[in-house]
Amino acid sequence: MAETVPRLATDRLTAMYGKFTAVKDVTVSFAPNTVNALIGPSGCGKSTFLRTLNRMHELSEGGWMTGRVLLDGEDVYASRVSPMQLRRRIGMVFQKPTPFPTMSIYDNVAAGLRLNGRLPPGELDAVVERSLRQAALWEEVKDRLRGSAVALSGGQQQRLCLARTVAPKPEVILLDEPTASLDPSGTQRIEELVFELKRDFTIVIVTHNMQQAARVSDTTSFFYLGAMVESGPTRQIFTAPTQEQTEAYITGRFG
Amino acid sequence: MIGLMILAVVLAVLPLLLILATLIIKGAGSLSLAFFTRMPVPAGETGGGVLHAIVGTLTIVGLASFIGLPVGISAGIYCAEYPGARLAKATRFLADVMNGTPSIVVGVFAWTLIVARQKHFSAVAGACALAMLMIPMVMRTTEELIKLVPHSLREAALALGYPRWRTSLSIIVRTAFPGIVTGSLLAVARVAGETAPLLFTALGSQYLSFDVTAPMAALPLTVYTYAIGPYEEWHQYAWATALVLILVVLVLSVAARLATRRRFSPHG
Repeated sequence: MAETVPRLATDRLTAMYGKFTAVKDVTVSFAPNTVNALIGPSGCGKSTFLRTLNRMHELSEGGWMTGRVLLDGEDVYASRVSPMQLRRRIGMVFQKPTPFPTMSIYDNVAAGLRLNGRLPPGELDAVVERSLRQAALWEEVKDRLRGSAVALSGGQQQRLCLARTVAPKPEVILLDEPTASLDPSGTQRIEELVFELKRDFTIVIVTHNMQQAARVSDTTSFFYLGAMVESGPTRQIFTAPTQEQTEAYITGRFG
Repeated sequence: MIGLMILAVVLAVLPLLLILATLIIKGAGSLSLAFFTRMPVPAGETGGGVLHAIVGTLTIVGLASFIGLPVGISAGIYCAEYPGARLAKATRFLADVMNGTPSIVVGVFAWTLIVARQKHFSAVAGACALAMLMIPMVMRTTEELIKLVPHSLREAALALGYPRWRTSLSIIVRTAFPGIVTGSLLAVARVAGETAPLLFTALGSQYLSFDVTAPMAALPLTVYTYAIGPYEEWHQYAWATALVLILVVLVLSVAARLATRRRFSPHG
C-alpha cells in the first residue's frame, strides 16, 4: 500500500453531531482500484465516517468535522471546493434503494449526467447503456428503459442506483450497507459487481456482514465506539488481528 | 367492531348522498342546455339560464387560483424545506389561525382593503378574498405532502451532486406533485362554493361581464339570490344553480387530474 499514492485518505478526521463525537481522530488511506470494507458494531461511526468523505455529513443536523479528507492529495474541505462538484467525483449508494420515483429507468441513470449540462442524445444513450451494463442490469431492462423505476424489484432498484452512481464516472464509490435490504441472491449480485467495479473505481463499503467484508474487500478497517481500532489487508485482519477488540468482534464475541 | 365501522362510513357518506339526491330531484327538472347557455330572464318569463354566473365563477375562481396557488404552494415548499426557521414557524402558526377564520371575516377584510378604498364592488376584490382563503389551505397541504417524501430521496439527489434548490424542485416537489395538485383542487373546489366573502366584494350581477374591475355574478351568489327570492320558479332555479355549481367543480377536478396524471404509478 505504501508504494501507491492513495486515491482517498483521511488525516486525523473527527466528526461531530453538535457536541457528540461520532468519529474520533481517524487517519486511514485507500489505494486506487481497491475495495475497502469498514466493519464494526452498530453506532460505531462507520456510516458517519463514510458520509464525511463526500461531505454529506455536514448536511446532517448539527454535523461538523475537523481534520482533513484528501482526494488525490487535495483537501476536499478546502474553501474553493464545491461540495456539489465533489459529490460528482465521489458517488454514493445507500442502504435502501433510492430510485427517483417520478423518473423512468433511463432518466434515473441519466440524472447525474444531466447536471453537467446537455449531452448529445446519442452520447447520453451510450453512457446510459454502459452504466446499466456495468451494474449488470442492462439485459433485464433494455426493453423498458422508459418504464417506471419503482416497478423493479429491490435488488434491481439497488443495481439501478449503482448504475446512476457510476454514470458520471466518479473516482470513488461509497457504499453504505448496500445489501442490507436485499435477499441473498440480490446480495450476491451486488457483491459480484463490487468485485467487477474495482477495475474502474475505488470503493469504500460499510457492512455489518463480516463474511461480506471478507469476500469482497482488499482492506478492512474495524471501527469501535467512533475510533478506528485497526486497519489493514483483509486477510490479515481476519486471520491475525493485532488488536484484542478486533479479534473479539470478528470471532463473534460481541457486536 | 367491523359493524361499527361500516355504520360510521354510512353515517359519513349518507348526508353527501342525500344532498346530491335532493339537488338532482329538485334541480335537474329545471336543467336544460339553455340553462347553461342563456342569460337570466325577468321574473315571470321562463327559459332563462345562469351563463353569467358560470362565467363569473370561472373568472373569479380562476383569478383567485392565479393569485393564491403560487403563493400557497411556494410558502408550503418553504416551510417544508426550512422547518426550523423562525419565519416558517410564524407562517405555519398564522396559516393555522387563518384556516380557522370564518370566511365572512375574510370577506369583510377584503371589503375594507379593496372595495372601501376603490368605492365600488369588483370581481378582483372577490378573487382576492378567495385567494386569502386558499393560501393557508394550499400551504399546509403542500407542506405536509412534501414532508411525506422519504428523506432518503433527498440524500440520494444530494449525493449525486444535485444543488439544494434542484433537489427540492426536481426531486422532492416533483415526487409530491400529484398530491399537491389534489390538495390545490380541494382548495379550488372549496372556495368555488364560498358565498359570504363574495357578498361584500364581487357583489353579484344580472349581466354577463368579463370586466374584473366591475361587480360580477357567481354561482353561489346566484343560488343565494334565487333562494331568498319571492317566486316559486326562482326557488327551482336556486336548486338547479346549486347543481350546476357542483358540476362545475366536478368538471374542474376531473380535468385537472387528467392533465396531471402520474406518469408512473408507485407500484408499476
